[in-house]
Amino acid sequence: MPAETPALTVETMHKSFGQLEVLKGISLTANDGDVISILGSSGSGKSTFLRCINLLEIPDQGVVTVAGETIKMRRRRDGRAEPADRRQVDRIRSELGMVFQSFNLWSHLTVLENLIEAPVHVQKRPRAECIEEARALLAKVGIADKWSHYPAHLSGGQQQRAAIARALAMRPKVMLFDEPTSALDPELVGEVLRVMRALAEEGRTMLVVTHEMGFARDVSTRVMFLHQGLVETEGPPQELFSGSTSDRFRQFISKERG
Amino acid sequence: MDLAIFGFGKGGWGLALLQGAAMTLLVSACGLLIGAAIGGFVAWARLSGKLLAGGLGQTYAALFRGLPELLIVYFVYFGTSTILTETALFFGHEGFVGVPAFAAGALAVGVISGAYQAEVFRAAYLAIARGELEAAVSVGMNRALMARRIIVPQVLRFALPGLGNLWQVALKDSSLISVTGLTELMRVSQVGAGSTHRPFAFYLGGAALYLVMTVATTRFFDVAEARATRGMRRATG
Amino acid sequence: MDFDFITKTFVRLLAALPLTLSVWFLSVVLGGLVAAGVTWMRVSGLRPFELFARAYVTVFRGTPLLIQLFVVYYGLASLPAVRASLFWPFLREAFNCAVLSLALCTAAYQAEIFRGALLAVPHGQVEAARACGMSGFLMFRRIVFPIALRHALPAYSTEMISMVKATALVSLVTLWDVMSVALKIRNDTLVTYLPLILAGAIYFVVNYILGAAFLALERRLSPHLRPRPG
Repeated sequence: MPAETPALTVETMHKSFGQLEVLKGISLTANDGDVISILGSSGSGKSTFLRCINLLEIPDQGVVTVAGETIKMRRRRDGRAEPADRRQVDRIRSELGMVFQSFNLWSHLTVLENLIEAPVHVQKRPRAECIEEARALLAKVGIADKWSHYPAHLSGGQQQRAAIARALAMRPKVMLFDEPTSALDPELVGEVLRVMRALAEEGRTMLVVTHEMGFARDVSTRVMFLHQGLVETEGPPQELFSGSTSDRFRQFISKERG
Repeated sequence: MDLAIFGFGKGGWGLALLQGAAMTLLVSACGLLIGAAIGGFVAWARLSGKLLAGGLGQTYAALFRGLPELLIVYFVYFGTSTILTETALFFGHEGFVGVPAFAAGALAVGVISGAYQAEVFRAAYLAIARGELEAAVSVGMNRALMARRIIVPQVLRFALPGLGNLWQVALKDSSLISVTGLTELMRVSQVGAGSTHRPFAFYLGGAALYLVMTVATTRFFDVAEARATRGMRRATG
Repeated sequence: MDFDFITKTFVRLLAALPLTLSVWFLSVVLGGLVAAGVTWMRVSGLRPFELFARAYVTVFRGTPLLIQLFVVYYGLASLPAVRASLFWPFLREAFNCAVLSLALCTAAYQAEIFRGALLAVPHGQVEAARACGMSGFLMFRRIVFPIALRHALPAYSTEMISMVKATALVSLVTLWDVMSVALKIRNDTLVTYLPLILAGAIYFVVNYILGAAFLALERRLSPHLRPRPG
């Protein structure tokens, strides 16, 4: 049987900010349906890693392949790396759905308009179809009645669920979550995690940078622990959480438990 | 371009231009001070909570922000002359009495500036943390002491950026006083341009002097602001 | 109260209003175009352009409009090089000189407003747009510009009103705007205050209407800033 093309592969990614090397060679393979939790203390590079995948940060080295398509990079005259094909980057970004820590909904648009903005203007899909799909997604994340509200009128949890729906509206191949619950009040975290769990159970491919140990342990198919820019340990959550061989990881989870 | 006309020797206008610049600085400074007095008073009226005072204050501000500055200069110049003439008439002196252009000019700049300074002072007062005032009251300061030791210093600190900007505005507005004949920089440039038939050189030279004054005084205000806000938490930067 | 005189004066002043308003409109629009160019230079990332843009703003905001006006109207007209150039037919008209000078001045202020508005667009929302695959002009048109516009409106309204007041200066370069007509009536009739008061009333009403119009526009564009619906 031919091997399935992975949804996403990253090969030896390096990234430095000035003199500081934040990513020292990280690789990852995500197959369809994988839910990978990326854990680590601050400074471990986990957010940077995620942001390099959709090129919000430009990696210095490394190859990113989404559904078999490799992002073409080249070197500038000053030695720095940059994408070789802007249009390819835009296209691949539209196949990756990103959910941000601070939601980043567009403040001048209603929730519904937020959802259809990229499908209509980037993916050039018919407006009526986008609206219909958007309404279904809003119902799915539980805020169907807020479609005509502006982001400023929603609670943090509602905004983040709207942001998840906005990412889903792009029909992404892989979803990237950058600490989606870190900016939420504790009582609102649950509603967002519930939505993410439902997505995982649907079989979506998800990369989640998070501090929510419960989610990492119970929902993800794989856990990746980063320490100072390298993968310290990775594997199925049962393996890591019930007695990992890594001292650092054990220290980390005991600190997180508080 | 023959730069000798800007020189300081015989036939050179350098000295006259510098004197004009000095006059500009002087009349602008007086105008700013008058504006501070008016602005402080109007801000106090608006903050007092009394309906009539607040309404009058708002009317003053709206009026002098909605009228062209040139119009206000003419109005103040003619108006003060009329008042003076009528007063002199009352005391038996016949004929027109003109107000010195300096006084009228400074007053005009002040009246305009005051409308904007009122808003700056009002915002600065509202920016003082309520807690600081409560603390002052709870240690037993009376209103006069609190005003002198807590409110005024804080208001001045918060108002500095806005005042720096309004100083620049006053400098530029002062050029309009040239229509009264006061020999500030604009007027001197005008006279020089007419006398030597070199308008381009003189107006450009005058503009250059204004620019020097603006840039130099901005630097001064930046330094003052940095010193005054030592130890204060800022929203930016 | 000589109502006949008041009415006559008022009508004469109103007749000059179209000139005032056309100077205002043309200089604001032309200034806006120049400001867009200056702003583009400022955010371009190219050092020589950035320096030019900063110098432009410093010079035109650091010198009085009156002297800028005189440089253009009296100064340029006196230069033989200008008289011989192809700009002369344009520059010999006082109206054109006035519009040009006012436009260059407001461009500096408008450029600063545009720059502040662009800086006020939350970076996170720009990132979200990029993450969806938007870039270049599409992102500017759909995300950056609408948000920046809403931030710019209050300051822009103030600048528009300042420009109406600035048009009074064209009375000093032989144009018959409301201000010069008021002064002429004063000279002719020796009635000092009435023409000035009536002229002031006209300017005040124009500015009031302008301010109200901008306020209405702000309200309409910012339903997201109003309190939450019921």
